[in-house]
Parts: sequence; structure tokens; C-alpha cells
Amino acid sequence: MRRLTWFNATSLTLGFAFLYLPMIILITYSFNESKLVTVWAGFSTKWYGELLRNQSFLDAAWVTVKVAIASSTIATILGTMAALVLVRAGRFYGRTLFSGMIYAPLVMPEVITGLSLLLLFIGIGMDRGIFTIILAHTTFSMCFVSVVVSSRLVTFDRSLEEAALDLGCSPFDAFRLVTLPIIAPAVISGWLLAFTLSLDDLVIASFTAGPSATTLPIKIWSAVRLGVSPEINALSTIMIGIVAVGVISASLITKRASLRQQADERAAVHA
Amino acid sequence: MRRFALIFLPYAWLLALFLVPFLIVLKISLSDIATAIPPYTPTLDFSQGWQGIRAFFSALDFENFAFLRTDDLYWKSYVSSLQIAALSTLLTLLVGYPIAYGMANAPDHWRPTLMMLVILPFWTSFLIRVYSWMGILSTEGYLNQVLLKIGVISEPLIILNTPTAVYIGIVYTYLPFMILPIYSALERMDGSLLEAAEDLGCSRIKAFWLITVPLSKSGIIAGCFLVFIPVIGEFVIPSLLGGSQTLMIGKVLWEEFFNNRDWPVASAVAVVLLLILIIPIVLFQRNEQKQREAEE
Repeated sequence: MRRLTWFNATSLTLGFAFLYLPMIILITYSFNESKLVTVWAGFSTKWYGELLRNQSFLDAAWVTVKVAIASSTIATILGTMAALVLVRAGRFYGRTLFSGMIYAPLVMPEVITGLSLLLLFIGIGMDRGIFTIILAHTTFSMCFVSVVVSSRLVTFDRSLEEAALDLGCSPFDAFRLVTLPIIAPAVISGWLLAFTLSLDDLVIASFTAGPSATTLPIKIWSAVRLGVSPEINALSTIMIGIVAVGVISASLITKRASLRQQADERAAVHA
Repeated sequence: MRRFALIFLPYAWLLALFLVPFLIVLKISLSDIATAIPPYTPTLDFSQGWQGIRAFFSALDFENFAFLRTDDLYWKSYVSSLQIAALSTLLTLLVGYPIAYGMANAPDHWRPTLMMLVILPFWTSFLIRVYSWMGILSTEGYLNQVLLKIGVISEPLIILNTPTAVYIGIVYTYLPFMILPIYSALERMDGSLLEAAEDLGCSRIKAFWLITVPLSKSGIIAGCFLVFIPVIGEFVIPSLLGGSQTLMIGKVLWEEFFNNRDWPVASAVAVVLLLILIIPIVLFQRNEQKQREAEE
């Protein structure tokens, strides 16, 4: 017996207002004419113009995108491998340590992850820059990828793969042609998760970046510590917009795919 | 052979970039600060052979941990981090439960949209979501403007840079982590149980407490751990919203490292923080395992 009571409707309205009002205010005030961020002085897009002329923000954005693409791609490969090991490799020497190392970074405070990686890079005398941020981001996001992928692998019907092997596929081809297409949605969402985690990360990047590379969150951080600024409002609006378009289109695509699958199944039953 | 290659690559990666760095932290937490590069002593000197290794180990001690006990700042920060994490977990539960409950009672065709509305903020930059509250809570901020205009207050409230702002920031950013597990527990619940209770003369409110809450217990516990554990080591929220009044250990560690450049003490702070976190993490794991067994 599910019915939406007045209490339910009120808590949903208030709850979603709480979740979305701060962002709506932020977006609104990014179009404010005035430099004083709390006083409305008419509509203007000048802060977006300022932002696009600010070379240091553009550079930081470019570094961030490069780091995110590289780290999420490596993390997806390593994380999928780790998921295969967790679900299928059975017992092997050091398995407990392996699964411990997969799950620990998920709950490890970022300050500790960042500190420990920095001490490693200094210890082995590695110059810090884009490369060290990529290594750091790959390490924690591969664990998230492996959790996402292994939850899909658990429900995977292995007899499909065995059938492919019986019909003469090599193990690698069986993986590529049978397993991979079936777990693909999980691999893709793992990649997206890794990508967003990397885009978003301030703490670990601050520890591992060094003076030569600045990512967008580091840049935003140093700006917002001085207070609210209209340029940062404009930048935030752009970032929120990109995420909203991405998430909504991804959910529409999955919805359409599942509708098509249902239609195919119906057609198969009637045929 | 192929199996070996599959295991080896992720294993080696995690050993080199997760376990070894952590052992280094452990080692430096036992070292002493020094004005050198790197700024701690001793450093392992293999050229001295066995003698060097022995000298290295005999120079390690628990001085930094003793220092954490003597200086008020550290243990106060640990205690206050735990307090802030506990209270904000409770607040997040009080705000999140009604939302999850409303979602579970909503018509079926609304649910995918409601679900997406909860998940969307989770994909948006954490830093930006915390930052958005700075403009709202500051003395000349939007909240004070509204309250002054409608005459609820005559003097602007001071919220930014107080613990209150930290609580608001935590509840806001961690809300999806609380809503989603509770919602998935409520959604699985069999609605006919409530009908039966009402047929047998239970009031709606009593039925809620006797049936709905106990059946969503697994979601409540999972949600609470998902908020409590990461909040203890939180850095961004107390730094942006908490001002100097709010003591949290993640912030202390950051400042110890970047401002005071005392690596050994920062490492000791990290080791103790991890020891504290082990308890809730083990409890959480055990709860998840029990849940899985119950479902099988």
C-alpha cells in the first residue's frame, strides 16, 4: 500500500529544494553584473567573458582534462582486471591482501592517501607534475572501477563464455567477444565514475601535484579561500551544466537501450 | 600463466602505490623532524651495510605519538572530529529519511526521475557544492538578506566560519549517501504488511514505527556508516565553512604538513586517524556481510 501523503509530498519538496536551491542561486548570481556577489545589479554575461580570457584557468582546465582521461582509462583497465581476479581467480597466495588493498582506498581519508603518495614520490625522487597526479588518481579510482565491475561480473552467466570456448574461441577472444560486451555497461559506468572522481579531486591532487602542474580544483580552491567571486560562479555554472547534460543524456540512452531490449525480447517471443 | 599476468599487474600496482606509501608514512611517523631534504631523520643508508640498517632502526621511536598526547590540539581535534561526524550523521539521517520515505511512496513513474535528482548532485563537483554555501551563509549573504527583509531577525546571523556552517555543509554534501541505501531498503518492503497492520487496528504512525522503521534498519545502518566514516577525515568542508573555530583532524593534518612542514608529526596524525577509523570500518564490513548472508 503505497500512497503519497501530504507529509511525503512536503518532505520531498523541501528535500529537493534543499538539494537544488544552493546551486540555483549560484547559477543565477553567475549572471550578475556587479562585482559584489551578494548584490544583484542586472543581467550580464561578462564574467563568462573574463573567465575565457583568463589563461591560467584555461591551462588548469586542460591539465585537469588530460589527467582525468589518462587516469580513468588506465584505472578502467586495471580495475576490470582486478574485478576479474576478485570474482574468478579463486584462491591464490595473497588474496586477502589483494582484496584488502582494493577495498581500503574506498574508505581511506583523502588526506592520508595524498600524504602517503607524496612521501613515496619524494622518497624515490620522482619529480612531481601531471604524471604523479595521474598515478595517484589511477590508484584510487581503479578500486572504484573494480567494485562497480565485479558487482556486474558476479551475476554473469559463465556458461556463455564456456560455450564460446567449446566452439573454438581462444580465451582472449572469448573475453573480447562474449564477456566484454555483456559487462560493457559496468565498465563504461566505472570509467565515468573514475573520470568524475579525477575531475573533482582537490586533496590528493594538492599533495601530488607539485609546483609545475595545477588542476582546476586546486585553482578554484585557492580562489574561493579568499571568498565568493563572480568568476568562480561562472566557472561553477559551466561545470554544473556539463555534468547535468552528461548525466541526463546517459540516463536517456540507458532508458532507450532497455526499451529496445524489451521490444527485442517481445519480438523474439512472438517469432 | 595468463592467470598470473592478470593477477600480477593490478597487484603490483596496488603494492607499489598503496601499500608501500603507507609503510613509508608509518616509518616517517617514527622518525624525527630535521632541517634537511627530506625534512626528517633517520634516512636509510645502505652504503653503511648492516651497521647502517641497525642505526636506522634504533633511531626510530614513538616520540611523535607521545607528542600527540601532550599537545592539546591533537586529541581535541580527534574528539571534535568524532563528535562532528556523529552529530552530522544523525542530522543527515533526520533530513534524509523523510526524503527516502517520500520517494518510496511516490508513484512508480516518478521514481526514476526522483532517483536521478538524488544522484545528480553526487556527480557535481564536491568543492563547488561546498562553495555554494559560502555565498548563502556569509554575514551579507542571501540567507541573511532574506531573513532581514521578512523581519525574522534584526541583526544578521553569523553562521559562516562556525560549526553550524560545517554541519549544514556536511548534511548537504553527504545527503545522497544517506538517501540511497534507505530508499533501496524501503522500496523492497512489502506494502501489504502495512495494510495488515492497519486492518488489525494499528494507527498509521504506530505502523510506521513498528514495521517501516525496523524493515529499513539495514538501509539506515549502511547510510550512517557511509556518512560517518568519510566525515571523520573531512578536509574541504571545515576549511571552507568552519573557520578557525572548527577543529577537525583532516584540517590539522593538512596544516601540519603544508604550513608547519612537520612531516613526522603529520604522519603520526595520519597513523592514529587510521587506527580510529578501523573500528567503524570493521563494523560496517560486518554489517554488510550479515546483510548479504540474510539475502541469500
